[in-house]
Amino acid sequence: MASPETKRNLYRGVVFGLLFLTWMIFSGLFDAFHLTLGVISCGIITWMSSDLLFEDRTIPLSARLRQGVRLGGYCFWLLWQIVLSNLHLFRLAFSSPKALQPHIVRYETKLKTDFEKYLLASSITLTPGTVTIKIMGDRFYVHAISDIAAEGLDGEMERRIARIFAMKEAKQALEAPTS
Amino acid sequence: MIITAISVIFILAGLIFFIGGAVGLIRFPDFYTRTHAAGKGDTLSSLLVILGFAIYQLHDFESLSHDWLTLLVILKMLGISVFILITSPTSTHALMDAGWEDGTEPKIHRDRPNHLNDDCEKF
Repeated sequence: MASPETKRNLYRGVVFGLLFLTWMIFSGLFDAFHLTLGVISCGIITWMSSDLLFEDRTIPLSARLRQGVRLGGYCFWLLWQIVLSNLHLFRLAFSSPKALQPHIVRYETKLKTDFEKYLLASSITLTPGTVTIKIMGDRFYVHAISDIAAEGLDGEMERRIARIFAMKEAKQALEAPTS
Repeated sequence: MIITAISVIFILAGLIFFIGGAVGLIRFPDFYTRTHAAGKGDTLSSLLVILGFAIYQLHDFESLSHDWLTLLVILKMLGISVFILITSPTSTHALMDAGWEDGTEPKIHRDRPNHLNDDCEKF
């Protein structure tokens, strides 16, 4: 088990690596001068605000990697959902106004952390036909444009998000007594 | 040639969805439903247009050692689409929330619930 200090340094290294990769993609210049500029600015940002990217640093990096992979898979599923519901909205735009049944529904979630809630709210908003208006604790207030759009709120999205971060809860429960 | 055709198909599909969003923006009955149309036109259609541009970049791609800089351009475009995927729902939500806070009455279909109104007194 790595000590907290080395783990924090590992996280700093990961943040620096991600920042520097972004730098290289966006600059596209690979001479010594621009690379040095990149190292300096990424170093300053890592030093000042590397806490912003990964808040909880007790989680091992391998679990983070697995979460990242699963998040990528979720994004592909979400893209497909976006296509499906965009088609639905497209049809609504050209059909008669009677096809709309706008209403606001309450949606209770079991997700705990802010990031999970943010991801769920964003996913609900991204799939057309439903927009999260307010989050009050565990309650989401969702404006749905039609009955079909509201049927999308059957909790499958929430289950998928919970599965992405499922490792986290188990790990924390395991690590709690030792730390 | 094939690559150009594929990119044109993507861009055209994006434009068609943009038209759908614009028509919805004009035809939908109240502020909230219009925000649906405006905010959603952005997501898929701009994604499709940018994807079309990214595919078009490949049209004079010859070898990896010579044209690897175009790969960087494609990566930048994918970065833009990720940025849109993050900001678009946030701005849509902010607009709707501001509309609700401002007291804009949503048009609710008959026999359908308005739970936000029901729970409003508790806040």
